Amino acid sequence: MRDSGASDGDVRTAVEAAVRTHYGKLLALLVHRFGDIQLGEDALQDATLAALRHWPVSGVPDNPAAWLLQTARNRSIDRLRRDKLHVDKLGQLLAAEASGPPAEEHMDDDRIPDERLRLIFTCCHPALAPEAQVALTLKTLCGLSTAQVAHAFVIAETTMAQRLLRAKNKIRAAAIPYEVPAAAILGDRLDTVLRVIYFIFNEGYYSSGGGAPIEVDLCDEALRLGRVLLALMPAETEVAGLLALMLLHRSRFAARVSAAGEIIDLEHQDRSLWDREAIAAADRLLQAALIKGSAGPYQIQAAISAVHAHAENFARTDWKQIVMLYRHLAESENNPVVELNLAVALSYAENPEIGLAFLDQPELAGKLEHYQPYYAARANLLRRGGRRQEAAEMYRAAIGRCDNQAQIDYLRRRLADLESN
Amino acid sequence: MQYLLMIYHEEGKGPQPGDPDFGEFMNAYYEFTNEVKERGIFIAGQPLESVSTATTVRVRDGKTEISDGPFAETKEVLGGYYLLDCKDLDEALECAARIPTAKHGSIEVRPIATHLETAEA
Repeated sequence: MRDSGASDGDVRTAVEAAVRTHYGKLLALLVHRFGDIQLGEDALQDATLAALRHWPVSGVPDNPAAWLLQTARNRSIDRLRRDKLHVDKLGQLLAAEASGPPAEEHMDDDRIPDERLRLIFTCCHPALAPEAQVALTLKTLCGLSTAQVAHAFVIAETTMAQRLLRAKNKIRAAAIPYEVPAAAILGDRLDTVLRVIYFIFNEGYYSSGGGAPIEVDLCDEALRLGRVLLALMPAETEVAGLLALMLLHRSRFAARVSAAGEIIDLEHQDRSLWDREAIAAADRLLQAALIKGSAGPYQIQAAISAVHAHAENFARTDWKQIVMLYRHLAESENNPVVELNLAVALSYAENPEIGLAFLDQPELAGKLEHYQPYYAARANLLRRGGRRQEAAEMYRAAIGRCDNQAQIDYLRRRLADLESN
Repeated sequence: MQYLLMIYHEEGKGPQPGDPDFGEFMNAYYEFTNEVKERGIFIAGQPLESVSTATTVRVRDGKTEISDGPFAETKEVLGGYYLLDCKDLDEALECAARIPTAKHGSIEVRPIATHLETAEA
């Protein structure tokens, strides 16, 4: 035990830090042992309150995580005892405990088994609604409160509480497993997990431009999840690809919004503000992944982002390389958004007319008809091709379809530039 | 955990008796049923007669109302079911994906309620 003379405020900070740091790992372990997310959350809540009562008297334990785990395990058993429905289950669990569980109180943090991978796959199970996958992942693995998750997605706390409850009930009632999926379905399931993490990142990325600042940084949470997942699945190159991609986006944070809160596009960003450490970390991840063999979509997207990261300025970007990478990406997934980006890359690698011709292929244009960035991209190409009248019309069409205020302001500025020149 | 795998399809869609691929389709059902029996997870499973034979019963204010046809008019109708005893949802989903009708219809997978507390929670 450390000194017990610490102030209450210090202890509170120590408790909060220990809970926040270890939350996902502890919850995953409790869920694995007791088979229920709600029970695990309640027991961790009990353990947190117990820590706030005991640590001011006894001092902060040498291993806060092990203390919280032991306390939460005891509280889980107490809760199961009170709940007559679980009598059979309790019998099995006590028998298992008696047969010699590892004595966690003597373990250091590194030796507490990490069961988070099972929990990640449970939370991102495709039988759960996509918005529930996201909410549950933030709540259980990142340890955010229901209020924080609700706030981050700008919905009422009661709505979020219901969404989480419904998801937890489905996991229990339909027996969604706490397991790393079998090899035959692992690829598909991992895709869902990666999609959830990237969604969380993008929510953070695009909401940070305008509107009220949010207390929870979803980008940081997504990066943390990506790092955990990579540590647990080091052989999965797409996990490394996603982490590299997120780091590269993150590296431009300081440059992408002006002091006045206006979006600054890639062309006009001050590249000296880019975070070189994040870029170097992404490079290392990406190189190690690409050596291992065929590159998946996240690795290719990261490679595209890395070309930008290493360009001295916008004009000197290696657009031919970017075109090649987008063609590669278009081959691996049939996605009109990829083709939209390919058209833009072509407009820089060749000229705006070639980009427009690609974009105006009837089949592609049809697929992108309801996609707002299509109009913004087309406006950009028309403007650069000197077709000012058509470009202005297209900017208006893009503005009319946009629901992000910072984005609308950006497009309005481009339109004003066009009309004043 | 027991799961009901409900087989929905559009009547008249998919292989029909007399079609060249109908034999293969029925054979796939036969093989699937045999396999879940051999795995020891089969409890029951039957096709249903056409939805045109369906009758819906409601009791309102103590009075029994009987009407022709299914509860709701939808394109896809319940055509049959399997009741399987699976380890978890993943095993049930794996089985559902191998029901031949999954290729042109859809399979709804629902756990059988074990106690009311679960259903009400």
